[in-house]
Amino acid sequence: MAPIIRSSPALAFLVLQFSLIFFSSTLPYSSGSEDTYTITGRVKIPPSNVIGHLSKLSNVKVILNGGQCVTFLRPDGYFTFHKVPAGTHLVEVSAMGYFFSPVRVDVSARHHGKVHATLTETRRSLTELVLEPLREEQYYEIREPFSILSIVKSPMGLMVGFMVVVVFLMPKLMENIDPEEMKQAQEEMRRQGVPSLSSLLPSAGASR
Amino acid sequence: MAMALRLYLLLIVFVSSAIVSFSLYEDQVGLMDWHQRYIGKVKHAVFHTQKTGRKRVIVSTEENVVASLDLRHGEIFWRHVLGTKDAIDGVDIALGKYVITLSSEGSMLRAWNLPDGQMVWETSLHSAQHSKSLLSVPVNLKFDKDYSILVFGGGYLHAVSPIDGELLWKKDFTAEGFEVQRVLQPLESSIVYVLGFLHSSEAIVYQIDSKSGEVVAEKSKAFPGRFSGEISAVSNDKVVVLDSTRSILVTISFVDGEISFQKTLISSLVEDSGEAEILSPLLSNMLAVKVNKRTIFVRVGDQGKLEMVDSLSDETAMSDSLPVADDQVAFASVHHEGSKIHLTVKLVDDLDTVLLRESIQMDQHRGRVDRVFINNYIKTDRSNGFRALIVMEDHSLLLLQQGAIVWSREEGLASVTDVTTAELPVEKDGVSVAKVEHTLVDWLKGHILKLKGSLLLASPEDVVAIQEMRMKSSGRSKLTRDHNGFRKLFIALTRAGKLFALHTGDGRIVWSTLLNSPACARPSGISLYQWQVPHHHAMDENPSVLVVGRCGSDSSSPGVLSFVDVYTGKEISSSDIGHSVVQVMPLPLFTDSTEQRLHLIADTDGHVHLYPKTPEALGIFQREFQNVYWYNVEGDDGIIRGHGMKSSCAGETADEYCFTTRELWTVVFPSESEKIISTLTRKPNEVVHTQAKVSTDQDVLYKYVSRNLLFVATVSPKGAGEIGSVTPEESALVVYLIDTVTGRILHRLSHQGCQGPVHAVFSENWVVYHYFNLRAHKYEVTVVEIYDQSRAENKNVWKLVLGKHNLTAPISSYSRPEMFTKSQSYFFPQSVKTIAVTSTAKGITSKQLLIGTIGDQILALDKRFVDPRRTLNPSQAEKEEGIIPLTDSLPIIPQSYITHSLKVEGLRGIVTAPAKLESTTHVFAYGVDLFYTRLAPSKTYDSLTDDFSYALLLITIVALVAAIYITWALSEKKELSEKWR
Repeated sequence: MAPIIRSSPALAFLVLQFSLIFFSSTLPYSSGSEDTYTITGRVKIPPSNVIGHLSKLSNVKVILNGGQCVTFLRPDGYFTFHKVPAGTHLVEVSAMGYFFSPVRVDVSARHHGKVHATLTETRRSLTELVLEPLREEQYYEIREPFSILSIVKSPMGLMVGFMVVVVFLMPKLMENIDPEEMKQAQEEMRRQGVPSLSSLLPSAGASR
Repeated sequence: MAMALRLYLLLIVFVSSAIVSFSLYEDQVGLMDWHQRYIGKVKHAVFHTQKTGRKRVIVSTEENVVASLDLRHGEIFWRHVLGTKDAIDGVDIALGKYVITLSSEGSMLRAWNLPDGQMVWETSLHSAQHSKSLLSVPVNLKFDKDYSILVFGGGYLHAVSPIDGELLWKKDFTAEGFEVQRVLQPLESSIVYVLGFLHSSEAIVYQIDSKSGEVVAEKSKAFPGRFSGEISAVSNDKVVVLDSTRSILVTISFVDGEISFQKTLISSLVEDSGEAEILSPLLSNMLAVKVNKRTIFVRVGDQGKLEMVDSLSDETAMSDSLPVADDQVAFASVHHEGSKIHLTVKLVDDLDTVLLRESIQMDQHRGRVDRVFINNYIKTDRSNGFRALIVMEDHSLLLLQQGAIVWSREEGLASVTDVTTAELPVEKDGVSVAKVEHTLVDWLKGHILKLKGSLLLASPEDVVAIQEMRMKSSGRSKLTRDHNGFRKLFIALTRAGKLFALHTGDGRIVWSTLLNSPACARPSGISLYQWQVPHHHAMDENPSVLVVGRCGSDSSSPGVLSFVDVYTGKEISSSDIGHSVVQVMPLPLFTDSTEQRLHLIADTDGHVHLYPKTPEALGIFQREFQNVYWYNVEGDDGIIRGHGMKSSCAGETADEYCFTTRELWTVVFPSESEKIISTLTRKPNEVVHTQAKVSTDQDVLYKYVSRNLLFVATVSPKGAGEIGSVTPEESALVVYLIDTVTGRILHRLSHQGCQGPVHAVFSENWVVYHYFNLRAHKYEVTVVEIYDQSRAENKNVWKLVLGKHNLTAPISSYSRPEMFTKSQSYFFPQSVKTIAVTSTAKGITSKQLLIGTIGDQILALDKRFVDPRRTLNPSQAEKEEGIIPLTDSLPIIPQSYITHSLKVEGLRGIVTAPAKLESTTHVFAYGVDLFYTRLAPSKTYDSLTDDFSYALLLITIVALVAAIYITWALSEKKELSEKWR
């Protein structure tokens, strides 16, 4: 469908302009002493396969100059700001789940309200005022699926891991020790009475 | 010292080793946060109760919301919040499927799809002057392409097609002195009557063909006298007007275009007449007039003859008339009697026929009934039933049906003006908590379920059970103080002058109270202050808040103080203070023996008044008399004045609590180049943990943490308007830091080619402000950090050892501070509505900026992103300290939206309050919606998180103990066998 742009000069009743290309056409009309123009554009949200909290078209707002005017989208995605004076304006799109770059819109008085638009984030110039989200926004962290690694990494996992090391690897270390030395150590232990890990370890290390 | 510094540094590095962003899993929604959706005070309501489909009511409100509500439960089907300058003038349903709204003083017409709220079309109407705006949608159930919506606004009458919003014709009524009063279109007629007054003394009726917009006939007749402009249309060819003396009712009938006047003295209708007022309800062949605090009903006869048929007491609210079966028309009236309200539905033609009479018990704290809308339905016995939608004085919305309140909505909360926090009562020993706590088995079961959940082994039923368990986790909504300070009350003052206490746990209203005043019926609330916060010795006292209100809208109207007990919501006392309220200043650190805080209130005459008015408070104040300074900002004149105390105003009044002041300093901004758009100070109750800031090279910077700093932003007068209105050359933004005791300008920073609006936040020793850069055509955020130069010399350890430092030198507010600032600017990709900063109990936790964006979301941005020490290539040491490489714009991380996938529609303010637990802060955002969450800017480093798995810990311990026993037994065995050998 082509955009329908209405303008109302002082006496005429209605001017319809059909433009087949998606181009933000504007027509001036006078209101009192100051000339005001119309900004028409379109918001295009790509069909998404993510089902959930993403925006419905009816909840998208288009905001001019940080809240001076707020407008909504028609079912075909078009929006219009009426009675905008010539100058440089800022258009923002608020849609849950998407990030839109603000758009710098120059409305020229000399060229009867011709609109020139630039994305301020990417500095990309738009030939037509079709606004597309820069990126989708995911507001929640994704829960990582269950993995052994996450358990091992947790404090409890580390505790268990340490225990396993002590229980299974320490005897292995003991096996490597020279049997004679082992006997010596055991003798020593008996003499001391209390077997202690700390007294074992240095001697084991020294044996190598 | 150096060692300590190194340790401290190590700690910082450890704490800030990762960028901690607020993030939430989807299943954690609602655990710590709650969100409430509102619409505001209802202005218009249109019922849509066809036999098929869901029954709904379309409302428009004073918060510029158009919404569709479920008539059965009061839930919102859909709603749209229009722009702040887009006030709704009228709402109606066309073609049975479109909701039509007229807004912006009759210049914007929109159609919304009734079932889902999708905008169907939008038409901008031409407007040339301010005028009444009238919307008239013909009541025509047939799908008739011919009929059109008539809109009068801005001096033009427009006919718009309801199908696609196409403008069919328009007619100019902008003639000098001509005011259109009514647009009438009789049913099944192709003629539209436009009635207006020329210079308030001549009635003109235009007859316009509704198809073409051509004027068919024009009649006028001069009236000997003047009209007051109040008008009531009683039928298709008659209106009744008041004349300018307000004592004569004039019936204007224009049958077939012939105008005739018929005057009736009000004194001939009622005996003790005074000034009359025509009430708004539209009744057929009848009008309601308010005379001498009574409402009288006047029937208009066929010949324009008026007769009084009934009179009611003043406190009556009435609905418009509603056609019921058999060409009969009924209307509803509601009046109060004690704690009950009486709803009466009568036939307009015959006031003795009462169709419905119901009495309903009504909460006293809702005030009077403000508006009534009625709707009828056919009962099973084929008689008429009525439901009434009533709007109360506190803005709440209730649906009455069959003598009961079917549902109610606390719409007062959509217009919160001020918020403060309050503690809950301490848990008493006698109070049993056993009910809430589970048995050990239940507890273990719950944790095993949680464990399953965290290992992602849970079945869908388990997931539901887990979620349910989390939601009503035992202590969340208890009405007592908890150890961590998570349970608190947020006290919100609304525009209607009602006070609400909201529980942080689940957002429910603990109590609400409508303010009263002996001086005037309903004072409007201005602001809220903590009046009494008992701790230490005054623990037995209940805490209370001070509500400052005003009788009337003018700033010079007398003020009203009201003290409300926080635990019970009862008004302790309310006093009419007899002077105006311009500024309320809580005196920091000054409390009397019952922990009441001292407040100063400045009036329009330049006096200040001390509260509470007790001799003890006076004694405390007089001791500090010479040290009290205050300032005021005259934004329109561009002047900031500083004042000191002079003397008691004993000479003028006998009031010993009143003081005169002297002007100490003034800062005058040149009005031709600068206009004040924003001023800001630090929060008085903010806690700063340390004044020293240690950088990587073991350099110490001392923060300048004076409480007397005022941030002022000015723009060129041209740049004070909207973004599109100036060129970069014409606008400049200048910010100042002013000492409010001496009036010294400590710092001035100018941004060429920038303009407002400025949204700023001031905390500790830094200011962050958001403004618009016209050259780049982007928003910018600048941070200014202020450091104390006079202490910079203390870095040398030897000086400290030898005692040659000046750390113990007294600080005086009078001395000229030696300070330096660091600042840096970044781009920010969104408009901002408000900025706040997190606050914690001891100020140790790092701060986050809370940015309310134009999309009504709240973004948490770590303060480290707005650190002036950021460089393009930070050295290794700086990286360890947590300095982020400099980027030209601030990042928006979607996971750090604290509102996650919700919106706080119409966001106006964000309030933060510390919890007892140092890591945690409460965040409360208000607008049309309310939102609350608990934040931990550096994660909860001082407590276990909610999803900590106790079961896993327990299982591990059990497993370890078991392992010890088994290994012990094994080793015993082995030893035994070894001994046998």
